[in-house]
Amino acid sequence: METLTLAGAINAGLRKAMERDPKVLLMGEDIGSLGGVFRVTDGLYKDFGGDRVMDTPLAESGIIGTAIGMSMRGYRPVCEIQFDGFIFPAFDQITTQLAKMHYRSHGKITLPVVIRVPFAGGIGAVEHHSESPEALFAHTAGLRIVTPATPQDGFLMIQQAIASADPVLFLEPKARYWDKGEVDVDAPFVAEGASAAMSHARIARHGDDVTIVAYGPTVRVALQAAQVCEAEQISAEVIDLRAISPLDIAAVVRSVKKTGRCVVVHEAPTPFGVGAEIAARVSEEAFYVLEAPVVRVGAFHTPYPASKLEHDYLPSVDRVLDAVDRVMIH
Amino acid sequence: MDVHGPLSDEGVVRLLTHTGERVEHPVYSRYADELDNATLRLMWREMVIVRAFDREATSLQRQGELGLWVASLGQEAAQVGSGHALRAGDWVFPSYREHAVAYLRAVDLGNLLRIFRGLEHGAWVPDEHNFHLYTLVIGSHTLHATGYAMAMDRDGLVASGDPSRDAGVICYFGDGATSQGDTNEALIFASVNNAPIVFFCQNNQWAISEPATRQSRVPFAQRADGVGMPNVRVDGNDVIGSYAVTREAMDRARSGGGPSFIEAFTYRMGAHTTSDDPTRYRSKADEEYWAERDPIARLEAYLERSGALSPEYREETAEIAKTLAADVRVRTKAAEKPPTHEMFDHVFAEPHATVDADRAWFERFERSFVDSEGRH
Repeated sequence: METLTLAGAINAGLRKAMERDPKVLLMGEDIGSLGGVFRVTDGLYKDFGGDRVMDTPLAESGIIGTAIGMSMRGYRPVCEIQFDGFIFPAFDQITTQLAKMHYRSHGKITLPVVIRVPFAGGIGAVEHHSESPEALFAHTAGLRIVTPATPQDGFLMIQQAIASADPVLFLEPKARYWDKGEVDVDAPFVAEGASAAMSHARIARHGDDVTIVAYGPTVRVALQAAQVCEAEQISAEVIDLRAISPLDIAAVVRSVKKTGRCVVVHEAPTPFGVGAEIAARVSEEAFYVLEAPVVRVGAFHTPYPASKLEHDYLPSVDRVLDAVDRVMIH
Repeated sequence: MDVHGPLSDEGVVRLLTHTGERVEHPVYSRYADELDNATLRLMWREMVIVRAFDREATSLQRQGELGLWVASLGQEAAQVGSGHALRAGDWVFPSYREHAVAYLRAVDLGNLLRIFRGLEHGAWVPDEHNFHLYTLVIGSHTLHATGYAMAMDRDGLVASGDPSRDAGVICYFGDGATSQGDTNEALIFASVNNAPIVFFCQNNQWAISEPATRQSRVPFAQRADGVGMPNVRVDGNDVIGSYAVTREAMDRARSGGGPSFIEAFTYRMGAHTTSDDPTRYRSKADEEYWAERDPIARLEAYLERSGALSPEYREETAEIAKTLAADVRVRTKAAEKPPTHEMFDHVFAEPHATVDADRAWFERFERSFVDSEGRH
């Protein structure tokens, strides 16, 4: 076991994947000698060279579009989009081309492209550097979307994403990059079934009274809220979804059938978000055990505000606790 | 015509005039000389066949057998000429009007119509023809082509030391596509990576109803100057010229000389698609001017003059074209819709719970329709 930050764990996972498979290439802006603006690719350029760690022109659509072409010849490009808010120039390539090529070719073309995106807020950044666009992509069939919440998951899931035969949007909660955790860096890696393995939700904390569903940056918030709940004699179960597509709804329903209550927490705005999907699915599949309506805790239907306001915009521990109170009164 | 910029033919390479006179060019004649009369008449035959196919497809659409047809009428020379400059190992990234190139790459044209009958999105296996699927979003595939070319370079297929093994990519797109961000990004990525690719722009002068002057103030080939890419304008209705410039550019790509840009100055003689009505935006005079520059007629005139087109060859060609059109007609009309459950296939390469659940739900739903005798 090693103690690593989330950024360090993803870096270690990338290194493992590159050592294992010479077809794995990194592409992105400033990922070479700089090591990426968050240093997630630190040292890889030095060790693997510019052919494997490619600094690209400053054009997101170009990065994804050329990655598609390279993966058609058997390469496994791992693209870095520098910030969440910069992904939209590539939106067409991702949703219209990357996501649909396997389908439109009757399975003859597979595109194992990974798109790494530092996402979500909480770091006091300027405009367009703190967004949570997952729902926009989750609506598109053909993309897998995952997000690690811990260094262990960051290390393993990046390797699983690279091993997957499908395109994967790999969302990295940038505010957690510096969180440390124990990582089993020497565990044998199993490529077989990697897509399924990274899509299983994880019970981050067991509880009996309420299920708090979170992913990526909000897992820590949910755990902190659960801690406070415990002091108030409320036993909260925290589920870390890991994957948004496919959604491990079975894991959520299992938990809700035990607790009868469900709160969903994400940084993205609540309207039409992942929480709305979960609320709908839980009401369909666990209706008769629900003690209370499913409550969503997310951002508001406003653009991401200036950073001095972001702590009131993002779901805080207090807002999660407020939601727990609202489901517990039933 | 008294026009300038992208609507003029200023500076085009032309080896065959519109009356079928063979003319010389200091750089490109040497490639044209590779084409003997047997090859030239084969090119003529291919153009004739594809035009017959095109007409048949248009008829099928008019009779309700196809939802839409996108004719390549008028662009046969640009496509057949450039297509002949390719080798089996080269890769083609078409837009959606490259039926003549598809034909040269041995794509079954009858199958191709399945796309336009609404039966499937991709009607051939790209790896079997080195011919990628059609791309309907304008310009998106220029990046795929560039990435593919970069990968071919990595795979040692460029300047390998064995020129017969070397390979490159050609990417077809139109005048409208040059305005897309993706196309411009493709030029940049190809240029800085010295990718083995030829950007083949068929300037057919119309992006549906918008004339080329809505896309550019200068000839499209000049776009490549901005990224330091060799470029050339060619008379796209001259099959010999189209061959020669592509031959040179593909050689450059395969031998490590990097990307090139070709603007084939041609004309969309038909409508954009069967849903379009060109009478609303362009003049009869314009169409007549271009009818006199028909790519097939000028090659025919040349071949006639050189005695290379025997009546037997003509008859045989007409027969092949007729047979192909008839075959396409019969197969298209007989082509039934695929089973509905196929829409759940290949959404992902590995199992995906959401799609699996949708499929299972749909199968249950279908099974729920049972008649009074217990039949589904």
